[in-house]
Amino acid sequence: MKLHEYQAKDIFGKSGIPIPNGQVVTAVDQVNRATQIISGPPWVVKAQVHAGGRGKGGGVKVVHYPYEVVTATESLLGKHLVTPQTGPEGVIVNQVLIEEGVEISHEYYLSMVVDRTTACPTMIFSQAGGMEIEEVAASSSELILKEHIDPAVGWMMHNARNLLYSQVPPPPFGALRALMSVMANVYKIFMTLDCTLLEINPLVLTKDLKVFALDAKVTIDDNALFRQKELLLLDDPREKDPLELMAEKYHLNYIRLDGNIGAMVNGAGLAMATMDVIKMAGAEPANFLDVGGGASEDMITKGVEIILKDRRVKAILINIFGGILRCDILAKGVVAAAKKNRIRVPLIVRLEGTNVKEGREILKNSELEFLVAKDLGEAASLVSKQVSS
Amino acid sequence: MSILVDESTRVVVQGITGREGAFHTKQMLDYGTVVAAGVTPGKGDREVDGVPVFNTVKQAVEAQGVNVSCIFVPPPFAADAIIDSAAAGLDLIVCITEGIPVLDMVKVAGFLKNKKSVLIGPNCPGIISPGKTKVGIMPGPIHKPGTMAVISRSGTLTYEVVDQLTETGLGQSTCIGIGGDPIIGSTFIDHLKRFKEDPETEGVVLIGEIGGTAEEEAADYIREEFNKPVIAFIAGQAAPPGRRMGHAGAIISGGQGKAEDKIKALLAAGITVALNLGDLGATVQEVMEKS
Repeated sequence: MKLHEYQAKDIFGKSGIPIPNGQVVTAVDQVNRATQIISGPPWVVKAQVHAGGRGKGGGVKVVHYPYEVVTATESLLGKHLVTPQTGPEGVIVNQVLIEEGVEISHEYYLSMVVDRTTACPTMIFSQAGGMEIEEVAASSSELILKEHIDPAVGWMMHNARNLLYSQVPPPPFGALRALMSVMANVYKIFMTLDCTLLEINPLVLTKDLKVFALDAKVTIDDNALFRQKELLLLDDPREKDPLELMAEKYHLNYIRLDGNIGAMVNGAGLAMATMDVIKMAGAEPANFLDVGGGASEDMITKGVEIILKDRRVKAILINIFGGILRCDILAKGVVAAAKKNRIRVPLIVRLEGTNVKEGREILKNSELEFLVAKDLGEAASLVSKQVSS
Repeated sequence: MSILVDESTRVVVQGITGREGAFHTKQMLDYGTVVAAGVTPGKGDREVDGVPVFNTVKQAVEAQGVNVSCIFVPPPFAADAIIDSAAAGLDLIVCITEGIPVLDMVKVAGFLKNKKSVLIGPNCPGIISPGKTKVGIMPGPIHKPGTMAVISRSGTLTYEVVDQLTETGLGQSTCIGIGGDPIIGSTFIDHLKRFKEDPETEGVVLIGEIGGTAEEEAADYIREEFNKPVIAFIAGQAAPPGRRMGHAGAIISGGQGKAEDKIKALLAAGITVALNLGDLGATVQEVMEKS
């Protein structure tokens, strides 16, 4: 689960990481009041969306007069924002954060993730913070420093020293304490809130050696939400695709993609491989849909319905390797979906595994029209025929 | 031969009284697995399918001499269950549970560092040595005793591959699902080392997916030290970056974990990569006939 910048900064502020003063507005008539409370000029007006790359997409504006705060907010609120990470249609901006401007003398990059190879929480720090950090990581990786934290011991001051004193030149002496304190707090927040990512880019240093988190990106581990109930209140469903939200309700793992071949598969790995097969057949998958190991008849029906709701879908491929999910359950679910909805596109079915005979029987005896593929290769060629016809 | 599990394996099922635990205990017993004990705290007074249930793993070890555990405990309690088994000194722990918080696995990985227990999973189908024993949830009948080892990050995708291997007649020595989470107990390399020493295993099928760098690391190891044919498949060539494709570990982030990079690394190590899943069985057959 992703947090908005303003939500993450709220957590930062309460945990002792310095942030600029700011106000969130959801309507233009709230702007004047916000501008009066927040010191400026300059002011920074920032679109609150989950997608990254806002700066490059025009979602962050620095302005110098109160009326400009209004026009900048107007130009963002309710509008589609297109960033390098959103896709061409962009995302709607529902909230805008207005902040006091901070005089920047240096931009650092600071983040924390769990490193897969060492299985340790790992802090990443760089002198070369700012919008180009990804290019820096690719071209001069020696500027990106990593510190693994032993979870049995927790955060130690030497972890911070290792990161700070390895910079050439090290940050100014007067800023070291403030930077160390931010690092210790980042670790604390990361561990207590079950984060999978906590990123501050840029973490800025002002001329008078004050430190501020100018941006904040926090992702919470979905698997840990059962013990982070208060964070659930911060979830913003408007950021999700409506079909993905519907799938979530029925415990289906659905991700909308850009193609026109709908797919329903059991198991994440097989679902990915099926998408690949579709692509290699010369078509594009419209979605990733993993119905999971123990799907019920009802879940299958809902899965078919969700795929059908996507108007771009020109054909559906159902690829099931029955293990725990039995093929007869799958077949019953598909037949039930066909009874409730007109299946307006060709249906290609490939069944294998547990109770495959019963499953094929059920499909054959239904009035459903469908094409049978005996293996993946045949499924692929049937898909490509549908696309070319 | 086979690795890690065989006829002598004595299994304890943790979470045996739950829906999944009870169902798969029955499936394992039907396959011929020796399920010698179950554990569900507070229910150590009953039997499930004739298997005695204990309150702690320690009691199960003392009474039944179990050496391998299979975990079906719900995610909030799964880390505790793994550490319980490791502390009781079991040789192998197979954790089926999906959805364990990452930071719980950080703790588990730290605890396991100096222990003899091998952890497979979590979020995996388990391990099977066909014809001998299965510890996990894979459908038994699609397997056939044979010469190919399978190591995979995925569940149903493994069944698909196993089915194709059975079709070719090559069969399988041992198949391991190492799990789809970011932090897992044992890696491709850990098991490749074991298969290297297993005379019955003539080749290995390695099934990876997007996310992380485990396949790249395996490719390095294979180039340097592995002496049997390896055939690989990577799922997720069509996956977009930044989206978690079902498995918590299957995500392309920060420019890392792309299928094309993994395929490139595997090819550079001299490993045959099947690009299309439908062709995998035929590709394996071709490679094994040549060697």
